[in-house]
Amino acid sequence: MTTVIKTINLNAWYGEKLALIDVNTEIEENKITAIIGPSGCGKSTFIRCLNRMNDLVDIFRYEGEIIVDNININDIEPEALRKNVGMVFQKPNPFPKSIYDNIAFGPKIQGVKDKGELDSIVEQSLKKAALWDEVKDRLKDSALGLSGGQQQRLCIARTVAVEPEIILFDEPCSALDPISTSKIEDLMIELKKKYTIVIVTHNMQQAARASDYTAFFLDGKLIEFGDTKQLFRKPVEKSTEDYIIGRFG
Amino acid sequence: MLWDAWDKGADWLSIKFLTSFPSRFPEEAGIKSALMGSIWLMVLTAIMSIPMGIGSAVYLEEYARKSILTQLIELNISNLAGVPSIVYGILGLALFVRGLNMERSLISGALTLTLLILPIIIISSREAIRAVPSSIRDASYALGATKWQTISYHVLPAAIPGILTGNILALSRAIGEAAPLLMIGALTFIAFTPESIFDPFTALPIQIFNWASRPQAEFQYLAAAAILVLLALLMTMNAAAIIIRNKYQKNLKW
Repeated sequence: MTTVIKTINLNAWYGEKLALIDVNTEIEENKITAIIGPSGCGKSTFIRCLNRMNDLVDIFRYEGEIIVDNININDIEPEALRKNVGMVFQKPNPFPKSIYDNIAFGPKIQGVKDKGELDSIVEQSLKKAALWDEVKDRLKDSALGLSGGQQQRLCIARTVAVEPEIILFDEPCSALDPISTSKIEDLMIELKKKYTIVIVTHNMQQAARASDYTAFFLDGKLIEFGDTKQLFRKPVEKSTEDYIIGRFG
Repeated sequence: MLWDAWDKGADWLSIKFLTSFPSRFPEEAGIKSALMGSIWLMVLTAIMSIPMGIGSAVYLEEYARKSILTQLIELNISNLAGVPSIVYGILGLALFVRGLNMERSLISGALTLTLLILPIIIISSREAIRAVPSSIRDASYALGATKWQTISYHVLPAAIPGILTGNILALSRAIGEAAPLLMIGALTFIAFTPESIFDPFTALPIQIFNWASRPQAEFQYLAAAAILVLLALLMTMNAAAIIIRNKYQKNLKW
């Protein structure tokens, strides 16, 4: 098993507020790692560290090391890192453009100019996101005309189009209905063959169903991290158990 | 007032009115030089103020870090938007006409009007840029786009309807201004159309002001007719602003 993401003594602050405390993790290749925990526990902060999206927040800073592919993420350009570590957000956020342009944007800024090549990237990406059959006749239509679930899969296709190695999902299903949710989960399980996936979720069943490993965060600390089945069946820590069976959070 | 202008001026409106130069005989007078002057002014002002205004807005909104300096600049821009136009006229007279020796030329007028509407353009463009949801920026950054790629591919296109509307409204303010142009000494009687940006000029509001202040009744009618032309021009511009906004708003919903 290869470790693709590693954090060492990660501490993070928003202004004066300490959001992550001494987080040490190792995330494995081609697995789905779920991150659970009550609101405000630092889950989103944690995954936004991994592709330096937090850099866009003026008051954010962190200490410790984040290693992706054996490289400290501060040693490469944030743009190069984000190309390699894609992200799907909580609310589907397609660009207010056509379905085709939504997907072609990523490859275009990477320098792909050839129309035929772009066409094939768009088709392949949509197929990977299980959206091709639904939209192949209306690629030029606005992406905003799609349903919420389709928009979220479009966002996944858009992420896949720049060929990342890791995809971060920040509560991707919290705005979706159960059927769309199960489609996204199936899709993630399909995608883990090629990609390493980290998903933040509020939905305990989703973590149990879809993930291989689970990390439980509480008040900025990583309480427990381990095999999903084990963590759900026989958690080591008392607070993990309390959270899983719904005593709080 | 509108009715009064229509009542007095409608009969005087004709092609000849639009294509003749001013004259001391009311029957022969027209607004050719004033209309051409106004159009020249507007084009020049637009060329100078729109790129500068949008550029400033992008810088202040996207690049400038929050500091005392940027806060001071922001405060000043809001204040400048409220400064009476005659004050800009004095500034234009001192700076462009005298200081830079540009004389009473089109370029002096256009520069003065640029100063006048620049704060309005910056403020409205910033509003439009700020209205673009941050989720769009996040999506672009997450795909590995640089700041400039994000702004040029996503933020500006999404903000364009708001920016254009604001700019057109600012320009329509500029075209109706008489005070700053009088201050920098735009002439009231010009029997030729400007050939270059260094020529003297007149503009519609000045022509109206001039005619309206004459004692003879016929000139009052001419002023009314010129007011109608100015109003038509303004309404066309505002209509254009509304059409542009509606057209783009259809494609933009979050």
